[in-house]
Amino acid sequence: MQKTLNNKAWFMVLPVLFIVALNAIVPLMTVVNYSVQDTFGNNLFFFEGTRWFSEVLASERFHDSLLRQFFFTFTILVIEVPLGVGIALTMPRRGFWSSVCLVLMALPLLIPWNVVGAMWNIYALPDIGLLGYGLNWLGIPFDYTQQPVSAWFTVILMDVWHWTSLVVLLAYAGLRSIDDNYYRAAQIDGASRWAVFRYIQLPKMKHVLTIAILLRFMDSFMIYTEPFVLTGGGPGNATTVLSIDLVKAALGEFNLGVAAAMSIIYFLMTLLVCWLFYTLITQGEKK
Amino acid sequence: MAQITLDKLAHSYLPNPKGEADFALKEIDHVWEDGGAYALLGPSGCGKTTLLNIISGLLVPSRGSILFDQDDITHLAPEQRNIAQVFQFPVVYDTMTVAENLAFPLANRHVAKDEIAKRVAEALEMLDLAGKANRKAQNLTADEKQKISLGRGLVRYDVNAILFDEPLTVIDPHMKWQLRTKLKELHRRFGHTMIYVTHDQTEALTFADKVVVMYEGEVVQIGTPEELFDQPAHTFVGYFIGSPGMNVLSCQVAGNKLRLGAREVELGCSYPQLDGRTEVGIRPEFVRLAPAGQGLPITITRVEDIGRFKIVRALLEGQRFDAVLPEGREVPEGASALVDPARINIYQDSHLVRVQAQGGN
Repeated sequence: MQKTLNNKAWFMVLPVLFIVALNAIVPLMTVVNYSVQDTFGNNLFFFEGTRWFSEVLASERFHDSLLRQFFFTFTILVIEVPLGVGIALTMPRRGFWSSVCLVLMALPLLIPWNVVGAMWNIYALPDIGLLGYGLNWLGIPFDYTQQPVSAWFTVILMDVWHWTSLVVLLAYAGLRSIDDNYYRAAQIDGASRWAVFRYIQLPKMKHVLTIAILLRFMDSFMIYTEPFVLTGGGPGNATTVLSIDLVKAALGEFNLGVAAAMSIIYFLMTLLVCWLFYTLITQGEKK
Repeated sequence: MAQITLDKLAHSYLPNPKGEADFALKEIDHVWEDGGAYALLGPSGCGKTTLLNIISGLLVPSRGSILFDQDDITHLAPEQRNIAQVFQFPVVYDTMTVAENLAFPLANRHVAKDEIAKRVAEALEMLDLAGKANRKAQNLTADEKQKISLGRGLVRYDVNAILFDEPLTVIDPHMKWQLRTKLKELHRRFGHTMIYVTHDQTEALTFADKVVVMYEGEVVQIGTPEELFDQPAHTFVGYFIGSPGMNVLSCQVAGNKLRLGAREVELGCSYPQLDGRTEVGIRPEFVRLAPAGQGLPITITRVEDIGRFKIVRALLEGQRFDAVLPEGREVPEGASALVDPARINIYQDSHLVRVQAQGGN
């Protein structure tokens, strides 16, 4: 078949390019600008080259918050993905109750980030919060404003509460797309419950789970509002993840150069991990 | 392998069926021989899938029971019935290789490793998949996937029956023929009891020793392809099987005289008094066209030349009447139709009147 080629069609992309330039590329370039310059106010800038980058990369403070960031992201992924899949597996496949479950599951996703933070802030307070008071009443010393372990526990629990639903909904969509005949065939082949999960459900959920993990990775790697409202990065620096640290550097200490360099490193890291993950997952299929 | 007995089987999807009309499957009572190849043939919604699901164990019938040899298996789950099934859309385990797919049902049944390897190798060879044993199953073509589905049944030597649910639906036309031939060959070699659901008469007639024709939840005829063609037990069988289908015209019968409107035809035998709706069934293949005056006068409305023969669409006493004209013969002017009396079937309320049996229908 002869295809009609008309390179003028590329002009159709221009409006999108324009919008993307305005909302992404231009702001990003501002950050790039800051990251290689220094200023003492009065709109006077001096070129500094890679100084801020080497400073950030060498700073212990950055290493620590990066480590906390990875710990947080890794922990919530390890909890939320299996938990979400597990919940999706137990949800009814059709009928009235499946709708009820879906609505209940979607509820936490509808609540704004800062409200979630505020909710858990109060809920976990050791003196008046149901969770905090309850745990202390059970004899478990719990005070997220004083103990790093309690703070981490609360931050992770809050994220699991808020975002597991997303994994559930995506996994459930994947499960729903499996034709009944797969289950029938497996039944006839004498497959165990585990084999059905391993050889039918998991492979069929692979694509949606890839999306779920990517989304959860990106979101959790950039998380700011919820831990900021809940603990403010404390006690001390115990729950200061990258984004909180970044805001402290940029707006608290007004270290624009350092903050900009940090932003760019942060951005490249997110991009790299997403790319790695996506390639790994899609590579396996091409064989 | 087993003989399948359907004992007064009926099924309704409603909890409290009132009348006949509530039954998706009306009562059937049949014995299907061990090692037979059966096709369940009928249009959509005729109950053939319901019957298949009852045999495979996905549905428990509302009434009656089903036996494999002497064992009543009406209430057994699919995995306890020891059957295999090939579905409409190919079901393969995507992440496994072809060989692993074939080994899966055996591994689940804890068959010894070397025995599994032996049987898988055998099945791969039988299905011409030996070269693809280590390929991922998900990248194969639809017909190869269907072969894998079939293979998962073949590796189990002791299956009671292999069920097919319109297995060629998603197969390319030129592969359908090959796959069907393969199926027939495997049936001859291994003698599994095979039940094949389809709405395609060609598939049914070429695959099966016995075709079970279903219509509106009822089994209207079980017979060899020949019987279905020569003596359709029901007018539905007459026009569902054959292309073009049988001519069915309303008529009156008295003794050995057939009256069609103003015309009278001599029949080969004498019929008893018939009550209810009387119809005559004549296969277009058994109609000879002759110049006007020699037979029943017909008005030709259209001639369709389909290469191998011509289909002549006509009206006989105001009723639709088709005839098949062999290749090379011209349509005569002002035609009339001659019919072999031995090939005329008489139907009372849609059911064939068999005179030899005297009074049976």
